[in-house]
Amino acid sequence: MSKFGKLSSPKEKGDTVFYIFNTLILGAAFLAVIYPLIYIVSASFSSPFAVTTGRVWLLPVDFTVKGYQAVFNHKDILTGYKNSTIYASIGTILNVILTVAAAYPLSRKEFKARSFYMKIFVITMFFHGGLIPTYLLMNDLQLINTRAIMILTAAINVYNMIITRTFFQTNIPDELIEAARIDGMGDIRILIKIVLPLSKSIIAVITLFYAVNHWNHFFAALIYLNDKKLFPLQIVLRNILVLNQVDYSMMENISLEEITAREGLAELLKFSLIIVASLPVLMLYPFVQKYFVKGVMIGSLKG
Amino acid sequence: MNNQVIAKNDIKSDKTDALKNKFSLMKKEFIKSYQFHLIILIPIIYMIIFHYFPMYGIQIAFKDFSGVKGILGSPWVGFKYFEKFFSSPVFWVLLKNTLAVSVYALVAGFPIPIILALALNSSKSIAFKKTVQMVTYAPHFISTVVMVGLMYQFFSTKYGVVNIIIKYLGGDPIMFMGEASWFRHMFVWSGVWQNAGWGTIIYLSSLAGINPSLYEAALMDGAGRFKRMIYIEIPSLMPTIVTLLILNFGRVMNVGFEKALLMQTATNMETSNVIQTYVYQIGLNSPIPNYSYASAIGLFNSIINFVLIIVVNWISRKVSENSLW
Repeated sequence: MSKFGKLSSPKEKGDTVFYIFNTLILGAAFLAVIYPLIYIVSASFSSPFAVTTGRVWLLPVDFTVKGYQAVFNHKDILTGYKNSTIYASIGTILNVILTVAAAYPLSRKEFKARSFYMKIFVITMFFHGGLIPTYLLMNDLQLINTRAIMILTAAINVYNMIITRTFFQTNIPDELIEAARIDGMGDIRILIKIVLPLSKSIIAVITLFYAVNHWNHFFAALIYLNDKKLFPLQIVLRNILVLNQVDYSMMENISLEEITAREGLAELLKFSLIIVASLPVLMLYPFVQKYFVKGVMIGSLKG
Repeated sequence: MNNQVIAKNDIKSDKTDALKNKFSLMKKEFIKSYQFHLIILIPIIYMIIFHYFPMYGIQIAFKDFSGVKGILGSPWVGFKYFEKFFSSPVFWVLLKNTLAVSVYALVAGFPIPIILALALNSSKSIAFKKTVQMVTYAPHFISTVVMVGLMYQFFSTKYGVVNIIIKYLGGDPIMFMGEASWFRHMFVWSGVWQNAGWGTIIYLSSLAGINPSLYEAALMDGAGRFKRMIYIEIPSLMPTIVTLLILNFGRVMNVGFEKALLMQTATNMETSNVIQTYVYQIGLNSPIPNYSYASAIGLFNSIINFVLIIVVNWISRKVSENSLW
């Protein structure tokens, strides 16, 4: 804007007021979001006593890692972590394969049946069977209380499929595919050998969308699983953070001193748990933020 | 006479020829593109099993479903469960709670990303803008469970930092998470905290697409920064705003229901009981689940949503020429 500085000189005063207001709005949003985040991190490293008496307000007080020790000694949490890792990794691989397999044929104009297939996908965005009929189906398929259900529910997200298709349509030149056909390549080989290597960025985008969804999802596990051994992390989190069920027998090596501070420790454990549970996503986040933004942008194009 | 018959036969054979032609064309087309069909086969089978079979199961809303008899074998009862729902005293409570929380969320949550996007777009310092974006996007990735867990930590009457401040200032601690009168505020504003930043992305991409010559022309006319925002940026956001409004109206009956379920406590049911949590309670979380009744209520909910999105789309097409279809 400085380029136009001279031109707008009569308005400069009004502009200064505008920019001050603007900075205030952004500053307020920044503080409102970052303060709770800082507080959780600080609380998770403070002594239980400091947290429960309200002495923590910005930085850790009486630095300790006891909360984290409690988290890593809690069997349910470890099992949940392991399960969530399994569901998220296998689930995401399946998601990406199915999504690409649907999106690629639907992106090709010469594929005459594509509008018919597309309808099959789009209709599900507006109509769905609902909670109970879906539950009954899972029951009939004998998927209740299995690991498979955590991978098979929502294996294709139609929105992600559409952004992938839009990407293929706008980024893969037709000439390239025609040339490959002339060379005698079939569509399956073209997809694997030519299209996929050119589509790394969209695959990164949908992989991240799916992986974060798997990691954060809890409702499918709530209704379909009742075997403790299969619970993903989010269900364990719900039991501890929301229903307030901290099971002390789950903590190994619990000392006498710690038992006396049970209540405080339970509070501390919650803060540490929030950090540990969000860590995989939050650690990736700074590096992959641009991919997420890209995904939203592609999605906003009319496909 | 004879001639006419012959002519008719000709037409007939023409028709069958045309059909045959069409069929052989389709066959040719299929052979040419069989690999496409092969690639898409598994996704389609998946969609049919996991999305279309449940649609077939919706019929239990009109039946007296029993597990023994199955979906097909259960007897039809017509609108029995819909009538039961509409005449039950809980119906009006659920409807009121659902609409109150979602309309509140829309009114409070919709304008904030727009304001934030305009502010980000007007920021002179790129580093500051990037930092604010980085931080405000982050809560979007927090899971619903952690989000609600966070709220319990912050607002707990015993140790929550908010109540500690209230006590410090001499007030009485407030049961934010337990009182019915607080549920809607907690629900809506935690949603704003979590998603306002992320919601700016789509607006920022529209703002980035504004033709620079518009700004130059405005500068020539002596428009200050604020005027440029009012007369150039806001109008250019209108199509996006309308599209998102339509989409949001279509979801008015779908309150972020997982969050509502997690925030439900015995003491705030008066306001936190919404249609979808009720479906879950009577269908899946009850000792004697009533599948048919729950399906009927769920179906009612989806129909309202569907009608809403069509009506809003129709109105917006008439009024502003912006529409989804």
